[in-house]
Amino acid sequence: MKKYYIRAIQEALFEEMERDNSVFLMGEDVRIGCFAATRGLCAKYGEQRVIDTPISELAVAGAAVGAAVTGSRPIVDLMFGQFLMLAYDQVSSQANAMRYMFGGQTKVPLVYLVQNGTGPCVGPHHSNSVHPLFMNIPLVKVVMPSCPADAKGLLKSAIRDDNPVVFFNHTSIGGMKGEVPDEEYLIPLGKGDIKKEGKDITLCAVGIMVNHCLKAAAQLEKEGISAEVVDLRTLKPWDKELVLESVKKTGRFLAVDESYKTCGAGAEWVATVAEEAFSDLKCPASRLSGEEIPIPFSPVLQQLAVPNKDTIAAKVREMVKK
Amino acid sequence: MNCTVAKETLLDIYTRMVTIRKFEEKAGAIFAQGQLNGFLHLYVGEEAVGAGVCAALNDDDYIVSTHRGHGHLIAKGGDVNKIMAELYGKVTGYCKGKGGSMHVADFSKGMLGACGIVGGGIPIAVGAALSSKLQGTRQVAVTFFGDGASNEGSFHESINFAAVQKLPVIFLVENNGYGEFTPQCRAMCIEDIADRAKGYGIPGVIVDGMDAVAVYTTVAQWVEKLRNGEGPVLIEAKTHRKSGHSEGEVAFLDGQPYRLPEEEKIAKETDCIDNLRQYLLANTDATQADLDAIDQAAAKKIEDAVEFAKNSPFPTAEDLFTDTWV
Repeated sequence: MKKYYIRAIQEALFEEMERDNSVFLMGEDVRIGCFAATRGLCAKYGEQRVIDTPISELAVAGAAVGAAVTGSRPIVDLMFGQFLMLAYDQVSSQANAMRYMFGGQTKVPLVYLVQNGTGPCVGPHHSNSVHPLFMNIPLVKVVMPSCPADAKGLLKSAIRDDNPVVFFNHTSIGGMKGEVPDEEYLIPLGKGDIKKEGKDITLCAVGIMVNHCLKAAAQLEKEGISAEVVDLRTLKPWDKELVLESVKKTGRFLAVDESYKTCGAGAEWVATVAEEAFSDLKCPASRLSGEEIPIPFSPVLQQLAVPNKDTIAAKVREMVKK
Repeated sequence: MNCTVAKETLLDIYTRMVTIRKFEEKAGAIFAQGQLNGFLHLYVGEEAVGAGVCAALNDDDYIVSTHRGHGHLIAKGGDVNKIMAELYGKVTGYCKGKGGSMHVADFSKGMLGACGIVGGGIPIAVGAALSSKLQGTRQVAVTFFGDGASNEGSFHESINFAAVQKLPVIFLVENNGYGEFTPQCRAMCIEDIADRAKGYGIPGVIVDGMDAVAVYTTVAQWVEKLRNGEGPVLIEAKTHRKSGHSEGEVAFLDGQPYRLPEEEKIAKETDCIDNLRQYLLANTDATQADLDAIDQAAAKKIEDAVEFAKNSPFPTAEDLFTDTWV
């Protein structure tokens, strides 16, 4: 059945809260459900398990860590990736480290749920792509789905995972509709997916950029260029083998991501391809990234700040011609 | 004489305090000999707080500690062998040598970890209290932190969140008068950190942190209230550190003084262990010999801990990647 992306997220939350009493949700306006994903949960599971918090990202993110190490499985909705930056200490010094630095005495099963990336023109503080900052934290899983079915299966896996997970939904993806299986299913973290097969070039992306890549690939197909689209789905740990296999087949690699070029997600992918698949490459591995500026408000400027299907297609033509 | 606390409890607190003192003095000595790596923040002088608080808790109650955490762990029933081994970076340490002095923890005793980030542990205790409420276990969580940490956002956010949720958590500020090397008067415009409780609509209580009996009785009363849903509370224990912020500081500060002279005098002249000793002798039938025996047993325990640590193996390359993903 076709469903909205946001509905798929909501279903995952309902199903996992139903399945496991230790799962609880807290965050800013989770009862009312600002972006609809958490709506209805409080009516069903009560205020004890669906907790509206003060706007105190650091305390809430840290409380999740404390709850996770004492037998609960918190899901924290902090709305935007940039708001999670206010809690960066708790993610990068506590959530990720407690198991390792305490010699395996504990585990930290929690999910930070945020949205991330350019959306309906909400300006510099609500549009950034902060996922690379979380990829740079050891022992945290980072997820960003590209479609409703993946979102549901990945979120259910994230909630069941015994490690801390930062789960990014792209800001513009909530209204996307797609087929979602009726029966229960999980999608494993760390496994990518070939969203379209091709033989001339590998496009690698996550989140909404997968959809831009698919649109570019459809256009390129008409021009006789066959692009393969790899959706990593999980940014960390990421499915390197899938990418390297694809590059072996296509001989070309383009990373497409909204985050900045400097130490962005694409930097990691391109570096790995250059390190481990150099001899498979017919032309230099390359990347399209967000421009190195705060994301501007005006729609005209915003669309110039991040890759889109046209800039992707243009870059592919250039690479395939070489 | 009036004594409301049982002699056994007082002796238990005394034993915890003396064990902490002996441990810390020994750790300071071996650090000075160059046997330990890293930073070392000692709890010497503040023992009445940790021991008084933890004596009022059950084994399964939670505490979250600070960078000055050995004392808290010993007070909560931690194994001095495993703490000492951790200081030496040995695989037999509490964290298998991965944490060190600033990250000792014993989850089996409800000690959810010392913490190297000032204020970093405060929200973690709030989360533990949240688990207690969700699971209906009536466990209490105590977060220890210093006067310096009470200027961190994590303190203000956490105390407000806990207040709104009425969580069973004690915010236990150990006010030793200094955030690292900066005196309190230069870091805040108030004298009593307990006053900050008012801003969050919860009680703020001051207790003499040099008086273990006062710490114990105050905390015991609040633990009872918190178990009945009357949380949270901010308790300020006024204390003095006899050691510096960090061992070896005289050298790295080039000997610059930073203590306020009148405070330093008090820190030198008053001793929370002496105070409890006098109290025990005056109010119970405990004798000097009884207390000396406790001192000697504690000293022996720490000597043994050093031997244990020295004789333990270091971690190996295989240990680098254990305890990563679950």
